[in-house]
Amino acid sequence: MVAKKDFVIRLAGEGGQGMVTASEALAAAAAQVGYHVMTFVTFPSQIMGGPTWSQCRISTTPALSNGDELDVLVAFNEDGFNTHKGELRDGGIIIYDSAVFEIGAEEQKTLNSVALPYQELGKSTGNPRAANMVILGAIAEFVNWPEQYLSDFNVRRFTRGRPNDKEVVDANEMGLQLGKTASQESGFSLGELAKPEPPDYEQILIKGNDSLSAGAIAGDVELFVGYPISPATTILTFMEANLKGEGKFVYQSSSEIESITAISGGAFAGKRSMTSTAGPGFSLMSEGLGMAWMMELPLVVVDAQRGGPATGLPTKTEQSDLYMAMHPAHGDAQLPVIAPGTVEECFYAAMHALNWAERYQGPVIVLSDHMLTERTQNIKKPDPHLIPIERRDFYKGSDDDYLRYEGDSVTAMPIPGGPGAYVANASEHDGIGDTTHLPQRHVDGTDRRFNKLKTLEDSLYESRNTHHSIAVMPWGGQKGPTHEAYEKLMEDGIDVAWYYTMFLSPLNPKLIAELQKKDLVIVPELNYLGQFSSILRQHRINAESITQYTGLPFKVNHLVDEITNIVKNQSNSKTKAGV
Amino acid sequence: MTKRNPEYDFKWCPGCGDFGVKRAIELTVKDRTEQLNIAMEDNVIVAGIGCSGNLVHLTDGPQPFGFHGIHGRTLPVAFGVKSANPKLQVLVVAGDGDFLSIGAEHIGPQAKRNLDITCVIMDNGVYGLTKGQSSPTTQLGVVTSTTPGGKIEEELKPFPLYLSLGVSFVASAFSSKPKEMASMIRQAMDYKGFSIVHIQSPCTTYNDTYDVLRGNVKKGIDPLTYELPEDYDPTDLQSAFDIVTKPGIPLGVLYAEGNPKPLNARFDSLERDKDNSDIFDLLNGFAIK
Repeated sequence: MVAKKDFVIRLAGEGGQGMVTASEALAAAAAQVGYHVMTFVTFPSQIMGGPTWSQCRISTTPALSNGDELDVLVAFNEDGFNTHKGELRDGGIIIYDSAVFEIGAEEQKTLNSVALPYQELGKSTGNPRAANMVILGAIAEFVNWPEQYLSDFNVRRFTRGRPNDKEVVDANEMGLQLGKTASQESGFSLGELAKPEPPDYEQILIKGNDSLSAGAIAGDVELFVGYPISPATTILTFMEANLKGEGKFVYQSSSEIESITAISGGAFAGKRSMTSTAGPGFSLMSEGLGMAWMMELPLVVVDAQRGGPATGLPTKTEQSDLYMAMHPAHGDAQLPVIAPGTVEECFYAAMHALNWAERYQGPVIVLSDHMLTERTQNIKKPDPHLIPIERRDFYKGSDDDYLRYEGDSVTAMPIPGGPGAYVANASEHDGIGDTTHLPQRHVDGTDRRFNKLKTLEDSLYESRNTHHSIAVMPWGGQKGPTHEAYEKLMEDGIDVAWYYTMFLSPLNPKLIAELQKKDLVIVPELNYLGQFSSILRQHRINAESITQYTGLPFKVNHLVDEITNIVKNQSNSKTKAGV
Repeated sequence: MTKRNPEYDFKWCPGCGDFGVKRAIELTVKDRTEQLNIAMEDNVIVAGIGCSGNLVHLTDGPQPFGFHGIHGRTLPVAFGVKSANPKLQVLVVAGDGDFLSIGAEHIGPQAKRNLDITCVIMDNGVYGLTKGQSSPTTQLGVVTSTTPGGKIEEELKPFPLYLSLGVSFVASAFSSKPKEMASMIRQAMDYKGFSIVHIQSPCTTYNDTYDVLRGNVKKGIDPLTYELPEDYDPTDLQSAFDIVTKPGIPLGVLYAEGNPKPLNARFDSLERDKDNSDIFDLLNGFAIK
């Protein structure tokens, strides 16, 4: 039998039942042994209860997406069973809590179902918390995992120097055995998961938001103010826990309007300043972002996109804030935007964003998305040394009549407490910052503010098989599923080029020039308006989106089908035209 | 910056109360700078939108830094400036519209944090710069361009509001009494906590309240303003609440909380500067285990 290269488990039930903990534990155990893991979590917008599910993909090669179809569905309640049973692949297995509900006789015939009263079994070990271990033991058996993996994980994870360690570990081990036995008795099997091939580089297991926050700390963020909002709150709490030291300031703000205006004040006073929010909070920052653009204040705002508009879908994923990230404010303003596509990129995106802000002296947006924020993945341990820290051009002269805003690009910035006092003015202003409405001043000011963006045009991008005339170009969190689809397309003989960058604005002119030569650039994106392809078309690139706005990420097979169709239609119409 | 840019063409109207306020601020900043050995460049004026905010472009002589931001947001900007560098002397200048209409939401949080800044509020009961609309402190019944039938709202009472929100230092001044006003601004700036000097600064064009405020014997108008009694104790919060809920506008330091602990002291007491965010330790904390 050919060993499987990966398997996908989904745990579905009601919030508070432990699905997230179980999938995180499974991911941690698998990662410990050297597998590649990726988890995806979706919550309802309430504290207790409501439908919740989490998915864990375990693979022998780096996981690019959450996995289209499930090998195992663990249903904690009937609702979880009914909602998700359609996602099981042929031959997939359902483990359900038979103490809570039963599966109808008809379905029992067609589905591979395993009755596992895991809560009761957990209690029978003496520690009700061992219930999760019962589930993990069952799952491990279905893919023929050596017992060691989870037993070792159990010992390492739960030996915490507490008096009841042995009890907990023993109860968990019993749970694992109970789960394993139940699986064996079912007679089902998913085959065998191939042995792990641990990479030779050092790794960490981390969530998207934590990776981003750590990147900001690596980038020497100094002042962070933020307001709680899903799914960005964990950035604020990470900073509260970890942004410490001389001259560092972290505080919970009273609103997003306070967030953007406070970090503007912090930037004015010389600090590397940052905040984080999601769509609704980002909307509140509109005016403040325009102010930071106008005043030329270096700062970073993270927008963790979620279903919109308005309150939208607070705990679902979407990529519909791109227009707004580039043009959050009224008037002629175009903000730099960096959209990381993977958990690893989240770290470097934060470092780059802080540098960009300091280099061009203005606000920079980091666009994450719900899926990335909540995704746990093993990644190569990031190396802060890869990106040297750039600091703004501080004014070092001693002229009290220095003109802060005179010049057609970036100029040195005086800081309160030092010479060169000026007025940072939200109105159009002259060299020192006093208000003006003279026509030439507005031309000079506008030209200068846009000219500064040229300092950011040297960004990196990926490209593969560039000789093909049709290209696929995802952005943000859909990089992974699109990459996985791309590999399949290559295998299927569908010849397309690959382009990707996290530096969405300004785009590197070299990249634009390459894309302009393509017959078609296909952009898979999670929004209705096809925002990124529309922006590419502004650059006279022939781009078109594959859109989806379900609140869920793309399925790999869907992308393969869609792209294949587009490529075939394209070549058909060429043939018809006698090209 | 020391030179006045001839391009800047804004002027206050003759008789505007803000002239007096500007003068008082200039003198106070200059005196403090000399007496307390602070550099002029350690001062930051955060200005709101309105005639009053334009003060930041009109100051004469050696200048502090200025931040002329968007409408209603002087306080959160000042929060960011002061928290970034607690050594800076931060002064907010705003009008009744900027501070008490769109900006009101920010007073409470800064008061509770006891942010160590001073707010100089020029209250003229109208939106002057935009040519005469009703403001929160416009009196009931007054006709303005947006209340052509007379305002049907009671005016907002700033002093009870400030005290209820926990502002540690509240002073009431009148632009026609420059010495007392300057003294209050000085006390406020020296005070180690969140301080507001709320100044009646009439708009001669759209809401000339000079007679109403200081009285007019010939016209038989009694003054609305009055001096605080000699024995008034500004450290007594209850007296402050009593006096501001009575008719009239008392002038003087209404309240000065005796033992203020400003935000930077509170933040420092968390001793976050003792640790250091070491990125390598942080990353190691995520090692697979």
